[in-house]
Amino acid sequence: MTIATTTELICFLVLSAVVVLGALGVVLLSNIVYSAFLLGGVFTAVAGLYLLLNASFVAAAQILVYVGAINVLILFAIMLVNKREDLKAIANLGVRRAVSGGVCLGLFALLVRVVVTTPWNLPGPPAVGEEATARIGEHLFTDYLLPFELASVLLLMAMIGAIVLARRDVLAKDVVTGETADQALIEKARTPLLLERRSS
Amino acid sequence: MVSPGLDLELSFSQALQGLGLSPEAARLLWLPLPMLLVLVAAVVGVLVSVWLERKISAAVQQRIGPQYAGALGILQPLADGLKLLFKEDIIPARADSLLFTLGPVLVVIPVIVSWLIIPFGQNLLISNVGVGIFLWIAFSSIQPIGLLMSGYASNNKYSLLGGLRAAAQSISYEIPLALAVLAIVMMSNSLSTVDIVDQQTGAGILSWNIWRQPVGFLIFWICALAECERLPFDLPEAEEELVAGYQTEYAGMKFALFYLAGYINLVLSAVLVSVLYLGGWGFPIPVEWLAGWLGQPIDAPVVQVITGSVGIVMTVLKAYLLVFVAILLRWTTPRVRIDQLLDLGWKFLLPLSLVNLLVTAALKLAFPVAFGG
Repeated sequence: MTIATTTELICFLVLSAVVVLGALGVVLLSNIVYSAFLLGGVFTAVAGLYLLLNASFVAAAQILVYVGAINVLILFAIMLVNKREDLKAIANLGVRRAVSGGVCLGLFALLVRVVVTTPWNLPGPPAVGEEATARIGEHLFTDYLLPFELASVLLLMAMIGAIVLARRDVLAKDVVTGETADQALIEKARTPLLLERRSS
Repeated sequence: MVSPGLDLELSFSQALQGLGLSPEAARLLWLPLPMLLVLVAAVVGVLVSVWLERKISAAVQQRIGPQYAGALGILQPLADGLKLLFKEDIIPARADSLLFTLGPVLVVIPVIVSWLIIPFGQNLLISNVGVGIFLWIAFSSIQPIGLLMSGYASNNKYSLLGGLRAAAQSISYEIPLALAVLAIVMMSNSLSTVDIVDQQTGAGILSWNIWRQPVGFLIFWICALAECERLPFDLPEAEEELVAGYQTEYAGMKFALFYLAGYINLVLSAVLVSVLYLGGWGFPIPVEWLAGWLGQPIDAPVVQVITGSVGIVMTVLKAYLLVFVAILLRWTTPRVRIDQLLDLGWKFLLPLSLVNLLVTAALKLAFPVAFGG
């Protein structure tokens, strides 16, 4: 075994361990912030796996999109609504956990079966290496154009939805029924903080 | 016009193989050397820019600045660093100590790793990765996670808000930055930094990208300043107005890591501006022409050593000219407000960089000779 293959094997083992343990941590940890940070670690380790497969552009894109954009947005969302409240106790928690654990184990067994039975060692075309960037571009604008555009429309819809939710333009009347809308949640009565404190 | 140039790795590996080592072992021995060199170069670059910052700010404010530590106060940054190193490392009582420690590390590592792609000559870089400049953009997008992490872990509402602000600033200026880089990439048909510089070496100063991408240059420079959190965009820190953002609870070496990351990022951005827009290691008059006029073959060892040295000197010189501009900007411009910052990023720079990209594409189709068809 040469030094190069040994290095590759060690890298693969370390990255796989990080992916598996990190993903378990994302699911099992009770602190949601830890889960989010671990998710970033898992994404990075997956990028490392891409790198081992000679797909450096995909690896960099993985870091840029998943770690740099999606994970940061998840963290933003968590930290902006970080309410430290204890959730209500759920009845039959043990049973629920056992059932979901069973479902997960079943899925895992299915995946293991697929992994074992599929012939992975296909005689495909040789790895293109650095040329992959141009090749990905060609595919995105020819035979994968429709999925690419559909994904962009999906993102646009999500963005418009977020803007609509975030804008505080309030309608006085319900558009459908014409009744006066309940605005208790939207408008708070103005209470000067200092006056209140002085009176109490 | 690509000269083979110096290839230190080849000579090193041949020398070791002469001693009876296998090529792989030689490569294994070679690998740490450029990494160490770049780490040292990055840290020395920080020391130099801290000294420049102190001296230039003093000059701007008509003071003398540091002068007792070494000649002209040149050892002052070293003294600063040592002071920070020996300070007590404080972790606030209710802080999350693990994330608190990991935060600064996550801020520093991507910046240092990005030096991987900085070319000082045809073969004078750690690794000529094909995705080059894209790798830098990807790495710089990791930084906000470190900022959020340290802001959250401090268990201090000002830190948390500062971290959120810093991350918001960082991700909103990343997009125009990436689009400005994309215009350059479109012109040079490659993401590799070496290819980007090679494409600018045809006619010396006249073939530099700044003449073809003046708008892109400005966008990139503004966004780079915002990414480095330099004035006029240093809102996350804003030491006179806010509590110092995500760094509030940090002391000692952890604080120094933020400091270090900021300055390494500044030098890195300056080097990248020179690589992308100012011809990288290129001399204003192509070295090949000079060698031709002097009647020297370009492959001669002496000429190659001189070419390599000129390349390093030019890269460093251009980068430090830009650092000088950044420092002057810091000490002359007022800080923008957060709404102005976000307006500038999203409503002005983003559309402008999109238009710049479109115009570049159109020009590339119309004049393939001048715009790298």
